[in-house]
Amino acid sequence: MTVSIPPDNTGAPHAPVSASAAGPAYGETVRTPDTVPRDVRLRARHVDVFYGDKQALFDVSLDIPEKAVTSLIGPSGCGKTTFLRCVNRMNDTIEDCRVTGEITLDGQNIYDPSLDVVELRSRVGMVFQKPNPFPKSVYENVAYGPRIHGLARSRAELEDIVVASLRRAGLWEEVKDRLREPGTGLSGGQQQRLCIARAIAVSPEVILMDEPCSALDPIATAVIEELIDELRLLYTIIIVTHSMQQAARVSQRTAFFHLGRLVEEGPTEVILRHPQAKKTQDYITGRIG
Amino acid sequence: MADIAVDIAELANRRRLCVRASLSRRHLIERLFRAGGLTAIVIALGLVATLFGMMASKGAPAFMQATLSLDVTFDPAVITVAPPPARAAGQSEADYRAAMLVWQRQVTLANWSAIVETAVRNAAPPGFEIDRRGALALVETNERHRLRDMFVADPGLLGQTVRVDMLASANTDNWLKGTINRALPDSRQQLSRQTRTLADTLLAEGKIRFAFAWHLFTNTDSRSAPAAAGLAGAFVGSLYMMLIVIALAVPIGVASAIYLEEFAPRHRVTDLIEVNINNLAAVPSIVFGLLGAAVFIRYFGLPMSAPVVGGLVLTLMTLPTIIIATRSALRAVPLSLRQAALAVGASPTQTVFHHVLPVTFPAILTSAIIGVAQALGETAPLLLIGMNAFVASIPATPFDQSSALPAQIYLWQGNENRNFFEARTSAAIMVLLGLMITLNALAIFLRTRLERRV
Repeated sequence: MTVSIPPDNTGAPHAPVSASAAGPAYGETVRTPDTVPRDVRLRARHVDVFYGDKQALFDVSLDIPEKAVTSLIGPSGCGKTTFLRCVNRMNDTIEDCRVTGEITLDGQNIYDPSLDVVELRSRVGMVFQKPNPFPKSVYENVAYGPRIHGLARSRAELEDIVVASLRRAGLWEEVKDRLREPGTGLSGGQQQRLCIARAIAVSPEVILMDEPCSALDPIATAVIEELIDELRLLYTIIIVTHSMQQAARVSQRTAFFHLGRLVEEGPTEVILRHPQAKKTQDYITGRIG
Repeated sequence: MADIAVDIAELANRRRLCVRASLSRRHLIERLFRAGGLTAIVIALGLVATLFGMMASKGAPAFMQATLSLDVTFDPAVITVAPPPARAAGQSEADYRAAMLVWQRQVTLANWSAIVETAVRNAAPPGFEIDRRGALALVETNERHRLRDMFVADPGLLGQTVRVDMLASANTDNWLKGTINRALPDSRQQLSRQTRTLADTLLAEGKIRFAFAWHLFTNTDSRSAPAAAGLAGAFVGSLYMMLIVIALAVPIGVASAIYLEEFAPRHRVTDLIEVNINNLAAVPSIVFGLLGAAVFIRYFGLPMSAPVVGGLVLTLMTLPTIIIATRSALRAVPLSLRQAALAVGASPTQTVFHHVLPVTFPAILTSAIIGVAQALGETAPLLLIGMNAFVASIPATPFDQSSALPAQIYLWQGNENRNFFEARTSAAIMVLLGLMITLNALAIFLRTRLERRV
């Protein structure tokens, strides 16, 4: 897997901060110089998240490149999942969660009151940590999204979407004879791929993955990782992972979170091999986390 | 280092001793706890079994009632009526019906008691001396009306002798079943000596037998003919109430539960509503009866003793049960299912109706059926809206006066012919319990069936 490093940073509205000898102060994100991505459709600026009185994210600014995989790494409770859930406003479902700052998709602030969250979620799909297929048939699981959004004009078209999504999720060969069986009867890895098929069936622009392999065995994990690598060509993917190896295998860019702050972000290779911030170095070498 | 090793060995040794010393005590406590639980279950089951056993043994005789098979002669000398009017050419329907009613009234005025008396006398052994009252006391009073109805339906019976099964009177039934002390002196018996002797004789001859009391299910309550009293009116009244509860309490309860659980914002007002719903579930049912009397009867002017009022009161009573059960069912749905639906862009309403409700449907259905069954057995509120009145007809609409099964049990329990109605009360309780068990079994059946499908 090659890591493409864009040659310039003209797309970046903020100046990259290089690490000083003493390491960066909190709140300042170390950004690998000259690598800020150009094809950015999703931007986060100064995002703070509060759960009641407790602040979970501090001033996070991050650009997510298009048609690439960005992985969010960091120790437990560092806010990476919180950030992910801000992108499709899943945090709305949490009672006293408050988000400030700005996250834009194609220049539109997704926290703008005029934006319909249903439309946002049709553009930003999500795959969860634990596979959560609907307790319905395999077919219904994939057909549900296109059906409620009215994507298919006919039954045949809907069938085409389902088949294409299952193929793209690498599940078709395994389930083509059991489309009417409940999705909950599949194996864990198959269920997770079914959830991916369900997410891509509505043709989202961004797919969020919240530790999609943490409940799976190594073989199922390898299959999903391969799938993510293929999906990168079509979708913008953000993946939260606990495993640096996984980040290295599937992602082109990596952002390291610690205690609710974005410590460092840049090309995966740089973050994992030559991290500049002290915190990142400590985490990569296993001293924190 | 060596010190530490010694300490650890010493600690392990102490642990071994401590665990061993406490083991027998721990096992004893466990055994006691299990024994206690088992005893509780045995006591509970024993009590239930005793209750059911008592009901069954007391109520079973009421299902078999003394019935006479008599040869009834429709004697033209007694039934002195003209043949029924034939519809003349050009006569209007109304005129014909009026003429028919006049004729029927004449039939009613015939001396049907004499016909019954003759039939009893004919059945008695030759030369048996019995007075008129004594002979009539053997047969339930409603049977002469039945003979009259038979004749109206078929005037061709005039002059014929037909074998008719007639219910024995409640007192005869008591005497033959031994529910009245046979050793009591004549002055304390309900029936004369002749009547009792005749009853025994006819039973021995097979002219009286114990037949299944179908009329228990087809007749309405009756005070003049207690042996013919049945549950049909009360049953239909309960049925109307049940339908009203199903039609009102289930949709309103489920809808409010869904709103409160899925959509309502959490703040002081919803907290207050929640507390009040829980309180409402604990309000004694008789208070709901008072409310029904004050609001539905006094204020809205709905009729007293009507199933519609009963149904409304029971709806109010059942609502909190259904709301609470539905809410806990909704709460049991994992968050991941809701998130899955929301994440593909389902609106909150779609999430609830496409995903959350289908999985909770079996639980909601069960709670609804159990709530309705509970309402069906409720008595106290019915007493306050007049449903314990004696009603001798089957209500045609929910607005007609009616009784209900539990209120009927209450009425029969207080009947003055205790010897006869004790068994009948137990029989009515058996019918009610049977209905409850059927409903609960239905709930369990539907639940397992639907859950398997999901």
